[in-house]
Amino acid sequence: MTTILELTGVSKAFGGIRANRNVSLNVKQGEIVGLIGPNGSGKTTLFSSIVGAHPVDAGTIRFKDVDITPLRVPQIARLGLLRTFQQTRIYGGMTCMQNMVISASQRDATLFDLFARERADLDDRAERLLEFVGLYGKRHLPGGSLSFGQQKLLEFAMALMNEPDMLMLDEPTAGINPTLINGLVDRLKRANEEFGVTLFVIEHNMRAIMTLAERIYCLAHGELLAEGRPEEVRNDRRVIDAYLGAY
Amino acid sequence: MSNISILFQAPPLALQLVIDGFLIGAIFALAAYGMALVWGVMNIINITQGEFVMLGGFVAVVLYEAGIHPLWGVPAAAAVLYAVGWLTYRAVIFRIVDRDLFTSLLATFGISIILQQLMNQVFGADVRIAEAGLGSWFFADGLVTISQIKVVGFFICLGMGGGLLLFLKRSRLGQAIRATAQNARAARVLGVDTDRVYATTYALNAAICGAAGALVAMAYTIHPYIGLPYTIRSFMIVVIAGLGNLAGVVVAGLGLGAAEYFAGFILGAQFQLAFVFLLLVVVLVVRSWRLAMKRQYLK
Amino acid sequence: MTARHRLLLIAAAGLIGVLWPVLLPAYTIQMAELWLFIVFALTWDLVGGQMGYNSFGNVVFVGVGMYACAVVQVSILYSVSAYTAARGGGTEFVFPPDAYLTGLGLGLAAGAVAAVVVALCLGSLVLGMRGHYFAICTLGLGVAAGELAAGWDWLGAGAGMTAPPPPREIGDTNMLFYYMSLALAAVTFLGLGWLYRTRFVLAINAIRDDEDKAEAMGLDTTRIKVTAWAIGALFLGVAGGIYGNLKRFIDPTEVAFSGATVGVWMVLMAILGGKGTLWGPVIGAIVFQVTKEFFWTFLLGWQRVALGVLIVLIVVFFPQGILGWVRERFPERFGHTVEPDTVPAAAKDTVQ
Repeated sequence: MTTILELTGVSKAFGGIRANRNVSLNVKQGEIVGLIGPNGSGKTTLFSSIVGAHPVDAGTIRFKDVDITPLRVPQIARLGLLRTFQQTRIYGGMTCMQNMVISASQRDATLFDLFARERADLDDRAERLLEFVGLYGKRHLPGGSLSFGQQKLLEFAMALMNEPDMLMLDEPTAGINPTLINGLVDRLKRANEEFGVTLFVIEHNMRAIMTLAERIYCLAHGELLAEGRPEEVRNDRRVIDAYLGAY
Repeated sequence: MSNISILFQAPPLALQLVIDGFLIGAIFALAAYGMALVWGVMNIINITQGEFVMLGGFVAVVLYEAGIHPLWGVPAAAAVLYAVGWLTYRAVIFRIVDRDLFTSLLATFGISIILQQLMNQVFGADVRIAEAGLGSWFFADGLVTISQIKVVGFFICLGMGGGLLLFLKRSRLGQAIRATAQNARAARVLGVDTDRVYATTYALNAAICGAAGALVAMAYTIHPYIGLPYTIRSFMIVVIAGLGNLAGVVVAGLGLGAAEYFAGFILGAQFQLAFVFLLLVVVLVVRSWRLAMKRQYLK
Repeated sequence: MTARHRLLLIAAAGLIGVLWPVLLPAYTIQMAELWLFIVFALTWDLVGGQMGYNSFGNVVFVGVGMYACAVVQVSILYSVSAYTAARGGGTEFVFPPDAYLTGLGLGLAAGAVAAVVVALCLGSLVLGMRGHYFAICTLGLGVAAGELAAGWDWLGAGAGMTAPPPPREIGDTNMLFYYMSLALAAVTFLGLGWLYRTRFVLAINAIRDDEDKAEAMGLDTTRIKVTAWAIGALFLGVAGGIYGNLKRFIDPTEVAFSGATVGVWMVLMAILGGKGTLWGPVIGAIVFQVTKEFFWTFLLGWQRVALGVLIVLIVVFFPQGILGWVRERFPERFGHTVEPDTVPAAAKDTVQ
């Protein structure tokens, strides 16, 4: 399997706080990789660094063999690397359908495509993806009127609509009703298998990430602590210590 | 542009511009401090700021035209504008404190239009002054003139700024104001009457502007339309210095005053206001660019 | 509101518009102003209500269009500096009908082009800031433009510039400018109506709702924002040209770049009618113009104070505007419905 994302020595500090220290990792195409670690270990910062939301202090990031370290967020997104947000961001003033249609892939699009006639194929895809996440009946409601969990699903559907090569999800099960988490994990797996989307997932829900991921990285105090298959990481002494605070 | 060479040929002229610039800059800094206070505590950008200055100036004018020495105008304007500010808060501002910044921009813009047009109706658009009757000091063979009332104004500004600082640091209400600025919710939970804090802050700001306005009327001139430029100057100074940076506000205020005088001299008086507003645009654009380098934006 | 109702409403408005100068000639200028106000409100809403970038500086485009048009109109026959030096009092500046009409046509085109160029140049600088910084920056731009024009002798400086006097042979120019205003309002309305049916409006709505998210989804937000501003500038440039000729006298700070009046009014009109809709700014402009004429007639002297009060009342108590209020009461009319959860069986196949 080819490597689709590669980080080498990535460091990022905010003032005196070293959020990421010399982090190196990789994700192979088609994989589902998890990123775990106690609160404040720098997971979201790492995601933000990868997608270009802030410049990194040191290190390189390569996506599909392109050096994306100096690139801006829209450019990286157009290369096929998307991320969802921890606080779930959607377009609250627009309907679910509109949220979906505007999320269609921008990769080959120019500004003028936005002026073209409405495309039935976009509407079709949008409807099917909304049904995939279970929001078909609510597709004409404004995004802002959905519940938090429904908005998370909408955000996921929008990401799929964009046909990304790799999707980075920041705590996709946070705030979701426990009975619905299995359904979400299921959909994530299907997205990976059927649509071929590589997944890189930050999670706190151990059960969810252990069943979902093929490989897991563990971050603590901004540094990479451990890496391996779920069973290995779960039983790693250092990981247990990090979570229980012995570090 | 040939005026620049004159500056080099007669250095005392440049000194004059700097001195005059600093003297009015103190007034700019004072008004900016008030705007920063309201912005920091209530998250409201007060477009009415300049109109409060204008109103204060008219208080001094009214006193002067009634035969009273306009220096009494400073405390009088402060008192009158404190009431005006408090009333404005009770009538309008308290309703928009929790809303988005654009609402506060538009609402305070509307209030500024009301005040400006009201004064235009009552006093007419003519330029007014309040003569303080003080003379000037002359230096360098008469090339450098320092108007005494301007110097008096400078020290009054310093005094007021210092007094405000002391009030915020030492008094109970001042501490309540600072607490609310940092975290309104927490302050409320701890028993601070945030509504009273907001009212006091807004009224205090108006009072400061009023006093500044009285100084403007004595040292310079007043008419109903001087408001917006003062608002823009205050905003610019706060943007350059940053909220909570008092030293920065003073430096930026004095610097702006000097810059304006130089611009007026070099470009011609008719372009002085254009300079002020263009400078605002330049400051914002430069700030925006520098943030873009860090992949952030002005928000 | 069904499509048929909407069509009937537009037809009725069109009919009233076309017949107005015939029915009520005394109010031709005010109605022409109303059509131009509709253009101002609609273009403001494109960038303000639909895109969330509340500009106080759209007057820049009006003023640029106004001066560009007048300059082209004059320079067809005469030197601009000689014309402005004479302060419009010279009888030697005569414009025969063909020169006048050609000048007018070219002038309006020049106004549009000049406004768009300014939008493209300023846009890249200014659209990088958001929220109130953008609003105040554009406010500064608007006033600065007025002050610059007031200092520029070639344009007549503080004394302003008179629009070229129309030759007597043309007849009632108020009617001419009235129909031009009406035509521009119609074109703007239909143009934006078309635009609001494309995905471009979704893009600018996305920028309004969450610009960071839009960037994270790959949208080229900078280019979209500048394009939207330029589209508005195009219509505003032409509107400025017509407005200058309608008012006859172009004062740099009162007419051309009147930030504290027209600049704020266009914001108010859009908010009053309902931000972010197509009909909202139209309704808002109509209600505003009627109210303004009422104030000017019955509250003379205090009319501007009354307008200030109106601004505060609307912003504080009625920020959702007329259409916003309707949408809250009747969401179904706007299509916000809940439907059954599954795709109709006939259309179902693999998700990709």
